Amino acid sequence: MSDTVAADAAHAAHAHHEELGFLRTYVFSTDHKMIGRQFLFLGLLMLLIGGTLAMMIRWELAWPETAVPGFSFIPEPYMYGGIIPPQTYNALFTMHATIMIFFVVMPIMVGCFGNFLIPLMIGTRDMAFPKLNMLSFWVGAISGVVMLASFLVPGGPAASGWTAYATLSAKAQYTGVDWGQDLWIISLMILGASSLMGSINYITTIVNMRAPGMTYFRMPLTVWSLFITAILLLLALPVLTAALAMLLFDRTLGTSFFLPEGGGEPLLWQHMFWFFGHPEVYILVLPAMGVTSELLSTFSRKPIFGYHAMAFSMIAIAFLSWIVWGHHMFVSGMNPLLGTAFMMTTMVIAVPSAIKTFNWLGTLWGGNIRFTAPMLFALGFVSNFIIGGLSGIFMASTPVDIFIHDTYYIVAHFHYVVAGIIFALFASVYYWFPKMFGRMMNEKLGKIHFVLTYIFFNGAFFPMHFLGVAGHMRRIYNPTQYEFLQPMQQWNVFITVSALILGASQIFFLYNFFWSLFAGKKADRNPWQANTLEWVAASPPPHGNFEVQPVVYRGPYEYSSPEVKEDWLPQDKQLGAGVAARAH
Amino acid sequence: MLRWLPEDVSTFGQEIDSLFYLIYYITGVTFILVTVLMIWFLIQYRHREGRRATYTHGNTTLEIIWTVIPAAIFITLSFMSVSTWAKVKRNAPDSDFELGVAGKQFNWEIAYPGPDGKLGTEDDVKFDNDLHVPVNKVVRVHLASKDVIHSFYLPNLRLRQDAVPGRTILVWFEATKPGKYELPCSQLCGFGHSGMKGWLFVHTPEEYKKWAEENLAAKPQ
Repeated sequence: MSDTVAADAAHAAHAHHEELGFLRTYVFSTDHKMIGRQFLFLGLLMLLIGGTLAMMIRWELAWPETAVPGFSFIPEPYMYGGIIPPQTYNALFTMHATIMIFFVVMPIMVGCFGNFLIPLMIGTRDMAFPKLNMLSFWVGAISGVVMLASFLVPGGPAASGWTAYATLSAKAQYTGVDWGQDLWIISLMILGASSLMGSINYITTIVNMRAPGMTYFRMPLTVWSLFITAILLLLALPVLTAALAMLLFDRTLGTSFFLPEGGGEPLLWQHMFWFFGHPEVYILVLPAMGVTSELLSTFSRKPIFGYHAMAFSMIAIAFLSWIVWGHHMFVSGMNPLLGTAFMMTTMVIAVPSAIKTFNWLGTLWGGNIRFTAPMLFALGFVSNFIIGGLSGIFMASTPVDIFIHDTYYIVAHFHYVVAGIIFALFASVYYWFPKMFGRMMNEKLGKIHFVLTYIFFNGAFFPMHFLGVAGHMRRIYNPTQYEFLQPMQQWNVFITVSALILGASQIFFLYNFFWSLFAGKKADRNPWQANTLEWVAASPPPHGNFEVQPVVYRGPYEYSSPEVKEDWLPQDKQLGAGVAARAH
Repeated sequence: MLRWLPEDVSTFGQEIDSLFYLIYYITGVTFILVTVLMIWFLIQYRHREGRRATYTHGNTTLEIIWTVIPAAIFITLSFMSVSTWAKVKRNAPDSDFELGVAGKQFNWEIAYPGPDGKLGTEDDVKFDNDLHVPVNKVVRVHLASKDVIHSFYLPNLRLRQDAVPGRTILVWFEATKPGKYELPCSQLCGFGHSGMKGWLFVHTPEEYKKWAEENLAAKPQ
């Protein structure tokens, strides 16, 4: 370990002398913090696009086949004076999901916060492979450009759903989308390469570069969650890439992996897709859980309840996530006996999620809770996760799934879980903004943003359960075409109005973010009085992060410890004379 | 919330619905309990000057309790689901009433056995989207697809099964009440997916006989 310290010190000294130009500081930077910021801006830009698509989808469902205000500029045949045709509608929900999952949640939760936080929280100067890190971002950015370019090709973007079920996705004639689907495949293959580079980097960094004294069980739960996420990414993404390659071959080279007329099997796609897809769900949600644990402990001024239970439940989720993919396929035609087996494993994976929720409650119990903007958003995540977790039990039961599969019940469920991640995402931005940019965000605007987002998020997604109970199918263009759904149309209108206000409420965030970037109050090193190592560094930390290599003496959540007068006790703070002797 | 469930006219729908209700009550009670606790904690333990949070790292007994109880509930629910699932999806009862349904962009092609009494032969009698069956009779449907994956969905019979190109899947139902029920496709199947639907007509035995005489016999192909 002492070698690492020496190397760090040498590197830090070196970094102070080196003047980097604009290009190497802001564009082709190898600094993990700049790469983290780049991922953040990429994600926020994509969030605007993905959100706009969602608003268009909602407009169509509430007031089918009427002109969307402000969209009359889009030429035929993509839109007709603002009216969305069915083909475009399919493209809208396909791209909405693709963008939100692959270009918003992954870049921000994994790309941005993974990059920014891992070296700072484990107390090192940078990632293990800084150049690979830079490459990971730029390969990811290229993937985003390819995905956005698919909006501009003849035939429009992919329209076979983000799940791209074969055979619909495997032949251009079935959707009428030719290049759009190919670009979708190519973009996700490129993104897979980017994620692989990132995950190898995260794993190597966490395993090898922890500060002296930072044992695995002294790591912040955020780092634990990102560590497990990186392992899942490393193992899951290649499966998607392989499936995408096979799909691309079916489309362009005339192979028949998924086409029955050539001896292929459409269900093979679903097996491969969900073998990736279910770990992917946990790739999305684990960092959100880690961050939530972090913030709940910090703002309750109390150690996290059941640190080991939290870490082990994440490890359990990581193992179990590989054997539950079949619950997406109960009614797919897969052998029903397998359905029974997958129901059992799915019920088992619900247990660690329940453990996490109870431990969050345990953390709040007996705390001294500070309702800051980041804390409110973390609590919002917990609240949504409770609903999303409980609604998942319905579809885990195979007979119930027969009825609610492919209905709005599922849409409600996964938005509570996956779109609920946006609460953890906002919490993270409010919490680490001072460390990232050296300035505080405005608390009052943050609280207004929270209240509006919380109310209208629930207004938009809770009634989807009602639609699902009534049997409302997902991915339909015009619900009024069905007699049995007509009594429910009022709920579609209610949901859309809530969603539109939810979208508009984000102005408070955008304004706060950009205003604070330039005019926010200057941040101290440790504005939240938190324990973890990132708060030891300057705000924002310089190249090389720490002036002196921090040494870790204790776990990350020693709040309100009887050993000290104040209610926080940083991980690197030495206590007592005896301890001081063995520090150096 | 569950009052919005479509009317059930099947023989197995009751079992599915009672599982739905059971999970609804379990999750409903859990939701209220957890939410009340959370709100109580948030109010009771809100920040006050001079107060110090309780310094604790957890409680092993509690961890065991809240691991074992959910696990027991989940496993019980699994076992309760097994028999209904087997009834609907694995053990189709025998019946002399068989017909074919094939999804194709964007219609349901319904096939009845022709004069030879066999399905899947040249003389099958075919209709688009209209499925006629007698009440209280086990209907065995040979489900297939001619192009992409569709999903055969009868909300009133709590029945859903994907139709997969390249294979024939046997599904069954028994309608208990005469009437006209919607039969949408519930798996994205292309630009015409929305609006791809048929109707299930459930007839009394007499009405069905009349319909069959008029349409099955008199429509040679």
